[in-house]
Amino acid sequence: MATEKQNEMRREQILRSSGVNPRKCMKCGKCSGTCPAYDEMEWHPHQFVQMVADGDIEPLLKSDSIYKCLTCFACVDRCPRGVEPAKLVEAVRLSVIREQGANHMKPDDIPAMLDEDLPQQLLVSALRKYAK
Amino acid sequence: MQRIGVFVCHCGTNIAGTVDVKAVAEALKSEPGVVVSREYQYMCSQAGQDLIREDIRENKLTGIVVCSCSPRMHEATFRKTAASAGINPYMVEIANIREQVSWVHKDMAQGTEKAIILGRAAIAKVNLNTPLTPGETPVTKRALVIGGGIAGIQTALDIADAGFEVDIVEKQPTIGGKMAQLDKTFPTLDCAACILTPKMVDVAQHEKIRIFSYSEVESIGGFVGNFEVTIRKKARYVKEEICTGCGLCTEMCPQKKVPNEFNLGMDNRRAVYIPFAQAVPKVATIDADYCTMLKSGKCGVCSKVCTAGAIDYKQKDELISEKYGAIVAATGFNPISMDKFDEFAYSQSKDVITSLEYERLMNAAGPTGGKLLRPSDGEHPHTIVFVQCVGSRCEACAEKGKEYCSKICCMYTAKHAMLTRDKYPDTDVYVFYIDVRTPGKNFDEFYRRAVEEYGVHYIKGMVGKVVPEGGKLKVQASDMLANKQLHIDADLVVLAAAIEPDKSARPLATMLTASMDTNDFFTEAHPKLRPVESPTAGVFLSGACQGPKDIPETVSQAGAAAAKVIGLLAKDKLTGNPCVASSDELMCNGCSSCEKVCPYGAITYIDKEFRMPDRSTRIRRVAQVNPAVCQGCGCCTVACPSGAMNLRGFANDQIMAEVDAICK
Repeated sequence: MATEKQNEMRREQILRSSGVNPRKCMKCGKCSGTCPAYDEMEWHPHQFVQMVADGDIEPLLKSDSIYKCLTCFACVDRCPRGVEPAKLVEAVRLSVIREQGANHMKPDDIPAMLDEDLPQQLLVSALRKYAK
Repeated sequence: MQRIGVFVCHCGTNIAGTVDVKAVAEALKSEPGVVVSREYQYMCSQAGQDLIREDIRENKLTGIVVCSCSPRMHEATFRKTAASAGINPYMVEIANIREQVSWVHKDMAQGTEKAIILGRAAIAKVNLNTPLTPGETPVTKRALVIGGGIAGIQTALDIADAGFEVDIVEKQPTIGGKMAQLDKTFPTLDCAACILTPKMVDVAQHEKIRIFSYSEVESIGGFVGNFEVTIRKKARYVKEEICTGCGLCTEMCPQKKVPNEFNLGMDNRRAVYIPFAQAVPKVATIDADYCTMLKSGKCGVCSKVCTAGAIDYKQKDELISEKYGAIVAATGFNPISMDKFDEFAYSQSKDVITSLEYERLMNAAGPTGGKLLRPSDGEHPHTIVFVQCVGSRCEACAEKGKEYCSKICCMYTAKHAMLTRDKYPDTDVYVFYIDVRTPGKNFDEFYRRAVEEYGVHYIKGMVGKVVPEGGKLKVQASDMLANKQLHIDADLVVLAAAIEPDKSARPLATMLTASMDTNDFFTEAHPKLRPVESPTAGVFLSGACQGPKDIPETVSQAGAAAAKVIGLLAKDKLTGNPCVASSDELMCNGCSSCEKVCPYGAITYIDKEFRMPDRSTRIRRVAQVNPAVCQGCGCCTVACPSGAMNLRGFANDQIMAEVDAICK
């Protein structure tokens, strides 16, 4: 378990790197209403905002949800208050993979994924997203 | 040289507790011009005022300084005291040693020192004061109401009932406004037409009220009590005084494909039309954009069928000039455009509609005769989704939405949901809300009835997207309380669009020199204490042009605005504020700086003949202040580069003398 101080530092770092102010959220749920990956996620976009605001970050760090976000930015586009939940999800993910040995995808994994129908760019951007 | 009396008040212990009032009175005795200086326990009391009066007479004082509370509290009191003792009320200055000294300082020595300094500054100012007399202007006893919706109608009726003449200017061919388009009204569910149309008839029949329909305000000049207004009466190509409103022309006109704006384009009307059966005035209007006769000179059917001979294809716009004592803005609101909210597919599907369109669909006089039918295929919808706050409370989407709460949507959506379930119990009704806001008499009870008695599904969450697919509308939304994403196949989606001030409000405000906020709502003179007056004298606000409002609130505000207008028109003469700006013509260089900064439009420029030292004459452009319009804000005195502009009672040399006295 992270100490309270570590947790607070993590929270501040996530807010700083995302540039998100979760206090602007009016809890309308439009982000989760619009999210195409909703059913894949354990924690949903509106919960990311709420949980980071409350400092309840550990469950997010451990959750698979940070890799399920498609980064389609529909929630960013449609949020009436300009909270930008996808940026927050991204910041949480970065905060995880930046730690030593926490890469979610390694270059060695790529050959197995190669597929004629799969655009190569997809793998490149996935590697960028899931590894340091 | 002035003979000045100084009166230091104890205000019980309010001042005397932290200020050595005796020392203040003593110190100010030796200031230039002071002939008497004393302290007393309560200067504002009868005994205190008597003391001042006695001193004015005995010592032949020409000016007084009262060191007491804020001038906002008792300046008027002491001015009256001075006037009753025979000196000009504007020869009184207040040194605020309560709010600015005793209430904010704890140390007696510091407080006393500051009180002496403030007293000294006031004395320095009185030394330069000159007696001022307020001017008087006559009042034209007629009011103009701009906008003929429920706000304008109620204001006009109330003013006219008090015995004053009122003109209503309405840009549409009929009065009635948005309320005429509504079906039922919350929270009592009485039909809008049943309560509105009798009022429209009252307006038409009132001998003190004139209606200028299909007309717009072209220009406004003048000032409070004496506005000069030009009204453009647009050509309707029908002689208003002859037309009987029989409607034969509107049935015979061959041009049938004109979108009917009264039904928000959901059906068509003819090129010659009467907006709805209860229109006031009930007179036909020819739409010049669609009339074949006006466009190509071939047709003339309406003229042939009109037994009264009222059709006049040669009619021209008419300009009418009239004088008014007061002007009421009642320009109302419109729902915002939904075109930019792509996620709700408003422009992609006919079955995604706004709440006002839904209102017409439910109305017996609407395009479907009151049957709830889908616009796309005329089928009865079985699943209806209402979306709240579309474009309201939308801080991030400034280019398409509004940051404020539109206030009326929660209640009308509850009404729509309830009426739908009542008429069509086989319909599933969902309402997606962020918050349900129902502060109003019997409002929350109304909303609860929709849920408890009528079984409307209220879901806390927002609709994320609407996709038209296979004749259905696929609605994807979140249910925040169940923490689920919902997928609903809806037949009809109704968007509670945010409301915005009518587009005509901004140019009108410019003509009136009335201030507006960033959302184009008119600003009140004081948000709590003067809510129906504009800061511009003689301009009053009624209805949604001041902020989002429902009908009960609009009617109350309309009555309040009428009361203010009556109060103004009841006066024969208006006494102005003498502390207004004035320009020294000899110093004015005609640069227009003052005219540009004046928020009230009080400054004009004239070409004036001046006699030069060599006895020749020269014409120069100089500023002139209209004292009836000037509110004494002082912007012009700061903007004037040559120092020609001065505010009476707060002249530049007076202010500098105060500063010098403080810094001495």
